[in-house]
Amino acid sequence: MCLAVPARIVEMEGDKAVVDAMGNRWNIRTTLIPDAKVDDIVLVHAGFAITTLDEEEAKKTWELFEEIEEYRDNPNKLSG
Amino acid sequence: MLERINEARKLMDAACEQLGRQINIMEVCGTHTVSIFRNGIRSALPEQLKLLSGPGCPVCVTDQGYIDVTVGLAKRDDCILATYGDMIRVPGKEGSLESLTSGNVKVVFSSDEAVKLAKENPDKTVVFIAVGFETTTPASAVAVADAERLGLENFCILSGHKLVVPAMDVLLSEKNHKIDAFLCPGHVSVIIGTDAYDPIVKKYGRPCVVAGFEPLQIIEGIGEICRQLMEGKPETKSIYNAAVTAGGNPAAMKLIEEYFEPYDGYWRGLGKISGGTLKLKEKYSKYDAMVHFGIDEIAAEDLSGCRCGEVLCGLIDPPECAMFGGACTPDEPVGPCMVSTEGSCAAWYKYGRKQ
Repeated sequence: MCLAVPARIVEMEGDKAVVDAMGNRWNIRTTLIPDAKVDDIVLVHAGFAITTLDEEEAKKTWELFEEIEEYRDNPNKLSG
Repeated sequence: MLERINEARKLMDAACEQLGRQINIMEVCGTHTVSIFRNGIRSALPEQLKLLSGPGCPVCVTDQGYIDVTVGLAKRDDCILATYGDMIRVPGKEGSLESLTSGNVKVVFSSDEAVKLAKENPDKTVVFIAVGFETTTPASAVAVADAERLGLENFCILSGHKLVVPAMDVLLSEKNHKIDAFLCPGHVSVIIGTDAYDPIVKKYGRPCVVAGFEPLQIIEGIGEICRQLMEGKPETKSIYNAAVTAGGNPAAMKLIEEYFEPYDGYWRGLGKISGGTLKLKEKYSKYDAMVHFGIDEIAAEDLSGCRCGEVLCGLIDPPECAMFGGACTPDEPVGPCMVSTEGSCAAWYKYGRKQ
């Protein structure tokens, strides 16, 4: 339930935005972060941005998600 | 990274030695529960350090009476139930939302989608199943605000939103509790801010440390708790610096305070928690499903034999429940701790049997 995904705002109008992460784009609301702007990276939870994040932090999470995807595709791969 | 893990582990070993007894740390976030299992964190901790899973999974603490109300509403021809996916498998007295053949239940990923359903189906009443802690509550407030702005007459929410700090208070005032410290939820803390835990530290003298969900965060969070226990100076601290601040998210908190007020609702397994559940304020009663459908109170129901309540309080581990793995499995769950992907019982069943 607490899962949140970092994503970059690529389009924005009022408090409606389109975000991009890991090859996906989807619609969210930025109502909870009134200062959000295009190019900001935000943490998205249940369709709402809840805070901004710096790029370093976001990259760490994206890498983790990619790792999970990799193991999903290659279930026999052992960790290094 | 290994160096940081070793540093944290040194703190844990030192604390175990200094205190000379079992140390019990409760995590109050379902996502922490899963991350701890998935990453095998328990096996990296000293034997004397025990992690208890607390009532941090909003699905798990939703009283069965609430589920029964949602199922009742879903059977009505004039209703569409919009819900987050994790609620649909929780069994009530007459089945779960998933088991209904009426087709009136729609899984949504955001409260926005629920409002959209109301716009597109003016001849039905859309009931949004508003469950979750403070992380999700602002989204429900925005949905009500949108419905009002759009002049929708057919949208309402059934609020089962809950607050984390009142539950922590109840857990620590329980006579038999064994909790030495709390590992606090990451994203709830983004909203409420770390200052929200200060009253708990002040009243009970227990460390409250906020950590993110990656394994290193959790391990360092536990290390920080151990450091505090050794020094005997409990305090609120966050190591999830990327996202959490002392004051939280003011816009989100303002929305929660504008639209909702706390009351003494039922939490599964914990009974009535003072100020622990949120309902819509009277001025928004037009959007309150309880008012719309004339439901007076959601009564607490008890599933006999189900020990989810004790699991949620960290009093027993899931395998100590007689139904665990037998009558109650992820495929045929009895209680919510097994239904929810973040429930302790589901996590224990899926990952824990070797730990």
